[in-house]
Amino acid sequence: MLHLWLIPAFPLAGFLANGLVGRRASKAAVNLIAIGSVVLSLLWVLKTLAALGPLEHTHIERYFTWFQSGDLRVGFDLAVDRLTAVMLLVVTSVGLLIHIYAIGYMSHEGGYYRFFAYFNLFMFFMLLLVMAANFLLMFVGWEGVGLCSYLLIGFYFLRHSATTAGNKAFIVNRIGDYGFTLAVFLIFLGFGSLDFETVFAAAAGRPVETSAGALTLIGLLLLAGAAGKSAQIPLYVWLPDAMEGPTPVSALIHAATMVTAGVYMIARCAPLYTRAPLALDVVALVGLATAVLAAIIGLAQTDIKKVFAYSTVSQLGYMFLGLGSGAYSAGIFHLVTHAFFKALLFLGAGSVIHALSGEQDLRRMGGLRKHTPVTFVTILCAAVAIAGVPPFSGFHSKDAILLAAHHHAPWMYWAGVATAGLTAFYVFRAVFLAFFGTYRGPHHPHESPAVMTLPLAALALLSLAGGYFNVPRWLEPMFPPAEGAHDALLVYISVAAAAAGISLAWLMYVARPGLADRLAGRLGWLYRLVYNKFFVDEIYDRALVRPCVEGSSAVLWRGVDAGLIDGAVNQVGMKARDAGSVLRLIQSGSIRSYAAWVLWGSVLALAALVLSRGAR
Amino acid sequence: MDHILSIVLFTPLVGFLALLFIPSSKPAAIKLWANIAGFAGFLVCLPLVFAFDRSRDFQFAEKVPWIPSIGASYNLAIDGYALLLVVLTGLLGFLSILASWAAIETRLKEYYGCFLLLQVGMMGVFMARDFLLFFVFWELVLVPMYFIIAIWGGERRVYAAIKFIIYTLVGSVLMLLGILALYYEHFRQFQVRSFDVAQLMNTQLDPNLQWWIFWAFFVGFAVKVPMFPLHTWLPDAHTEAPTAGSVILASILLKMGTYGFLRFSLPLLPDAAKNPTVIQVMAVLSIIAIVYGALVCLMQKDWKKLIAYSSVSHLGFCTLGIFALNPAGIAGSMLQQINHGISTGMLFLIVGVVYERRHTREIAEYGGLLRSMPIFTIVFLIAALSSMGMPPLNGFIGEITILKGAYQVSLWWAGAVVLGIALGAAYLIWLFQRTMLGEVSEKNAALKDLNAREIAVFAPLLLLALWIGVYPKPFFQVMDRSVTQIVELVQPGAHAGQMVPNRLASLQR
Repeated sequence: MLHLWLIPAFPLAGFLANGLVGRRASKAAVNLIAIGSVVLSLLWVLKTLAALGPLEHTHIERYFTWFQSGDLRVGFDLAVDRLTAVMLLVVTSVGLLIHIYAIGYMSHEGGYYRFFAYFNLFMFFMLLLVMAANFLLMFVGWEGVGLCSYLLIGFYFLRHSATTAGNKAFIVNRIGDYGFTLAVFLIFLGFGSLDFETVFAAAAGRPVETSAGALTLIGLLLLAGAAGKSAQIPLYVWLPDAMEGPTPVSALIHAATMVTAGVYMIARCAPLYTRAPLALDVVALVGLATAVLAAIIGLAQTDIKKVFAYSTVSQLGYMFLGLGSGAYSAGIFHLVTHAFFKALLFLGAGSVIHALSGEQDLRRMGGLRKHTPVTFVTILCAAVAIAGVPPFSGFHSKDAILLAAHHHAPWMYWAGVATAGLTAFYVFRAVFLAFFGTYRGPHHPHESPAVMTLPLAALALLSLAGGYFNVPRWLEPMFPPAEGAHDALLVYISVAAAAAGISLAWLMYVARPGLADRLAGRLGWLYRLVYNKFFVDEIYDRALVRPCVEGSSAVLWRGVDAGLIDGAVNQVGMKARDAGSVLRLIQSGSIRSYAAWVLWGSVLALAALVLSRGAR
Repeated sequence: MDHILSIVLFTPLVGFLALLFIPSSKPAAIKLWANIAGFAGFLVCLPLVFAFDRSRDFQFAEKVPWIPSIGASYNLAIDGYALLLVVLTGLLGFLSILASWAAIETRLKEYYGCFLLLQVGMMGVFMARDFLLFFVFWELVLVPMYFIIAIWGGERRVYAAIKFIIYTLVGSVLMLLGILALYYEHFRQFQVRSFDVAQLMNTQLDPNLQWWIFWAFFVGFAVKVPMFPLHTWLPDAHTEAPTAGSVILASILLKMGTYGFLRFSLPLLPDAAKNPTVIQVMAVLSIIAIVYGALVCLMQKDWKKLIAYSSVSHLGFCTLGIFALNPAGIAGSMLQQINHGISTGMLFLIVGVVYERRHTREIAEYGGLLRSMPIFTIVFLIAALSSMGMPPLNGFIGEITILKGAYQVSLWWAGAVVLGIALGAAYLIWLFQRTMLGEVSEKNAALKDLNAREIAVFAPLLLLALWIGVYPKPFFQVMDRSVTQIVELVQPGAHAGQMVPNRLASLQR
């Protein structure tokens, strides 16, 4: 026993402590509890991994039977294997840095203790999610992180847009969970268990499904769940809105960890997907389509956080593309590097927003590299990493995905390369708009305190060098070997695309600043289409939300309930009253007429009895 | 321990009788005594929990002749399922009295008297093993509930109360006909007059007769549940009833319907219950209730009516689980009945808290209560999460078990269950936003947060919600034999999930 349960238990204890007494505690005490619990958790992860060494086999600890019904037994079981180890390290280390950063960022906000309580609760559920040894316990973590995401998006609960964004995230995720839940039960019916170990061992014995079969259905339903959590088409719409939450939330939950849960889940279910190539194809297609669409939308956004949000959607699409191409380890590799550089981009954006007293519009920034040099340098590190400039982290993981995609289907590689170019463009567009040129806003920008810039520096280091954590090598025993030989030409092409994107951004936003606006004016409707995010939200609202809400009111409630059923009931009531007024006449008060009624009634009843007997 | 059920049954009655002697001029004394009696009523349930033997079926039996000439007896006993409902009744009966402390100012003696009488009736329904005795308690429940709605209710209380009583009376009459048919058939076969349910079980009923008795029972039970389309009394009754009345109505009274199905319809009429037409009708009605109830919730402007309609949806899960006729469906249904008692009980109490402070149920009147009532907001959030089936809270366990049962029958059923779960999140989370979040208006800014008494009302329910969510094993163990008994009667041989067919294999073909 290595007491794995302690890893999630520390943040849970932090949540309880801050949630119960944080209101009355000093900020220092709240910090100590919140940060301390994550530090302990990280230390316990390190200790556990040191004890487990190379992790040739999955280490499972079974604590108690959580849920039993008939032959379905679900235990409170935690497990660590190589995949979980990667996730644990990312979640606790990046989580810790963002916790520290939040001390500075949230220092002037109300509800300080509430924020850190939610943050710790999130850590608890996220760690549970990646350590769960069966589908149902994983689902607990899955739902739990969703709940924390909801609470933190709506953290500024006075703002209607924030609470509405929270609702949207919650409900869209629930739609995805629809698929997840159905898949979980299909798995149970097919394999008689929900334990990963049992299910995957049984799946290994099954033939590969060449046409759509049960495993394909399971794969597609799981994909629906993953698409909800990881913001893929058609369920990506909640993530950009989720930027209403405080920036550390965007960094931790909506960039580095929670949104990658879908990627983790699909990688976890690799034994199922490997035998359902059709489902895997859909994963790749959904991922690629999301990557392209979100990157295009990201081109025209003016809110710095929205740019990065669409970038997250796009990069998650990349990860799905990797998974779908059968390169699970490449998908996870990108998950890791993305956690570094995207957390950094968000925290950097937070530092800028902090410097500008809440300003998020790129059009009112500019020239900030002089005012916030540390933030500038660190964001630049993240930008080169995400753009795929060698030898920084994003380059390694993105190339792994693109190579796998090329092997899977060459056109997917080319679409991926085009997206890489777009990525480089929109990221550097944001960097140039914010940090170059002259300052266009009314505030007095100032650099953030060390408690914020130190985590930035740490993440910058990871973004630059994180590509040398050889995640694919470490995960080799976990997944079927990824095919596709290393092809230097393919690498050069993708690097060239990145260089082109950066150069174009330089040209449009630094060298010839008026060019972008002229281009936007020239393109007219196309620009408006992209600027308005292809009107997807509006279409969903018209086609789904309103018919559902208004239809239920007009047709079901007022129509069926009040009109049809109650109408009928009231009619019966009135008819009964009418009948009563007739029958009242029988109520004469005369004993003799009553006796006559009784007599006639009895005769009638007897006659009915005799006749019915006779009929038999 | 010989008469423990009688003690549980009559403690509230003793409380009621003593209450009659307290002069109406002393409101504090009346309240205090009602609370003492209610608490005592709960405490006497607890020995049942500890003395209950999980390896036996009906226990704590008491049987005394009542009307020997027609074979009716005072016959009580409980199994695991009834035990859970009895304890839930004891707890919620007490909590609803406690929750009324500040809400009710007029006719205190009658009010608390009604509640204590109601308690006797509900306990009796879950304990009776004699069909006539059951019917008497069943009807006894109606009367105090009628008065609670009609006297202490809202504006349209008279309409709501009459609607409630007419619906349920029509149901009761048909149910009585069913009981009598069963009784006469038993007499014809054995020449013994008896209302003893255990004896009636021996009657050999031909499927045709079972069919008719089933539908007679159906009307009685389905009105109570309520199943679509017999549900329209519920939104009115719930909305107009005082808070504690709604709590009891939702938490306990509705369970009398599902209890009837599980206790009588399935075991006594197994051939009718497994008739494919019956199953289909019940499944379709349940699924309509699940989805329809949830959709109608979306647009409610009245906070209480929203919660009321959510009951329609939630009870749809319970009836669907019952007519899955397999261990998971029935166990899930039983647990979900307890869960619904806890979660919806809390949700009604929550409406009561704000209604006491603002005297309006309009959702639009509220908003930003997190500012003025933070503890209350947390309680509401947990109650809503529990109601929408968020793990690791109680609703999740119930729904997932029903889902498993539904899955074993049909993928379409399962699809409907999951759709209901998804919609459940939508209306509750939206309600939470509209009432608790946002800017706080002037009228709501000065509202007082929960006081100690109110926290005491919520605390046990919150603990139960968490307990069932994290460690539901003891609850399943208590119900285990009840579930097995019922399943063995409707599907002989399908014992506790050992015959689960591999549906995946058939899918692959």
